Amino acid sequence: MLTPPFTETDLLPLRAGDSIRISGVIYTARDAAHKRLAELIERGDPLPVALAGQAIYYVGPAPAKEGHVIGPAGPTTSGRMDAYTVPLLRLGVKLLIGKGYRSPEVKAALVEQRAIYAAAVGGAAALLARHIHSSRVVVWPELGTEAIHELTVEGFPAIVINDCHGGDAYAVGRAAWEKREEIVNGE
Amino acid sequence: MLREIPVTRIQEAVETLLSEAAYRLPADYLAALEAAAPVEPSPLGRQVIELLLENSAYAQAEQIPTCQDTGMAILFLEVGQDVHFTGGDLDAAIQNGVRAAYGGLRKSVVGDPICRANTGDNTPGLIHFEIVPGDRVTVTALQKGFGAELMSRLQMFPPSVGVEGVNRFVVETVELAGPNACPPLIVGVGLGGAFDTVAHLAKKALLRPIGSTHPAPHLAALEAELLDAINRTGIGPQGLGGRVTALAVHIESAATHIGALPVAVNLNCSAPRRARVEI
Repeated sequence: MLTPPFTETDLLPLRAGDSIRISGVIYTARDAAHKRLAELIERGDPLPVALAGQAIYYVGPAPAKEGHVIGPAGPTTSGRMDAYTVPLLRLGVKLLIGKGYRSPEVKAALVEQRAIYAAAVGGAAALLARHIHSSRVVVWPELGTEAIHELTVEGFPAIVINDCHGGDAYAVGRAAWEKREEIVNGE
Repeated sequence: MLREIPVTRIQEAVETLLSEAAYRLPADYLAALEAAAPVEPSPLGRQVIELLLENSAYAQAEQIPTCQDTGMAILFLEVGQDVHFTGGDLDAAIQNGVRAAYGGLRKSVVGDPICRANTGDNTPGLIHFEIVPGDRVTVTALQKGFGAELMSRLQMFPPSVGVEGVNRFVVETVELAGPNACPPLIVGVGLGGAFDTVAHLAKKALLRPIGSTHPAPHLAALEAELLDAINRTGIGPQGLGGRVTALAVHIESAATHIGALPVAVNLNCSAPRRARVEI
């Protein structure tokens, strides 16, 4: 079980392909919030949330149905955040959660800054929301689903994709199964 | 003989289709996903498929969306030529239906691609009309998530690339999409027509139920060949490695110009929300 804020000791042993569970407070941000964070960083202004050691989850949750704390909340495509991610890693963000490929620049910065990129299962949004026990908007409520939310999660499941050592679970996973005739024809 | 249909009936149909599609995935898709689990040789891939099935069952029981991205509403209306719509503006009625359906769903539409202000009610839905014989109206609704939409591609090839060129482009599109498009995918392929038609054909291919094949034998064979090639890439469920990268490839084709072989690939994700009603 991993709990933010993370230290190097928490993250160094993790390897691409590992299944992890996260408990504690994580922050949401997707396209619009990233754009605003990047503008603040560029101007040298303070951020509205202290992100050093913390986790950012790329998600725009659905509205909560009555009796639920949040609506379905699965990962969105991480690559859209690549353009804004390196400065956030330099500020000390330690865990990124989303789905899909990262750019070479982001992967290099993960190694340099000793941070992790993990994927949650896209399309399993209803189940993932069950691991979220509270949700509140921290800043920029006018962005609606794109506002930065503070989520309290319990046993939130993810798979390490890019570890601190340059490991890449997408590349390894694909190479393991590519063009395996016996698998395709001989099940 | 004209048949009068009040636009409010279309509005109600749109609202019902979109509301239910959010939490009820199509039966043909769920059957295909269930059949894929034992065929997936990667343990992690199998886990992902089982999780997606569990997610679908939970969402349906709770009547909450299967995926937070309930997308843009894309509506296909096949309108019988003997139908006369009464009681107001049809387009406005359809948009009212979209607005009502998205009350409890995520608002994922911005009014302008540059200014990017959220419209606040998920309108406008995108509407396609087709005039057909008869006096019936068929409404098909897609709730199109944009993770997969973003990875879709179109190319105006010269005829010289042939079927090999088509094959290469389709497989390459799936490879570039990888985990981003949330596999297992449904792959819609448009062939022929002009620049606009070919994209429309690719989208229409996503409306077909899984298990259906193209009526033309050479295109049905190409569908099977493409599915096989895609499932040899090793991408697998959620791109984590495995066999089941796609559950189906559907081709729709049209006549085209002597100088072109247009190809479009529209991807649908592992939450392919689609619903249909005949009025």
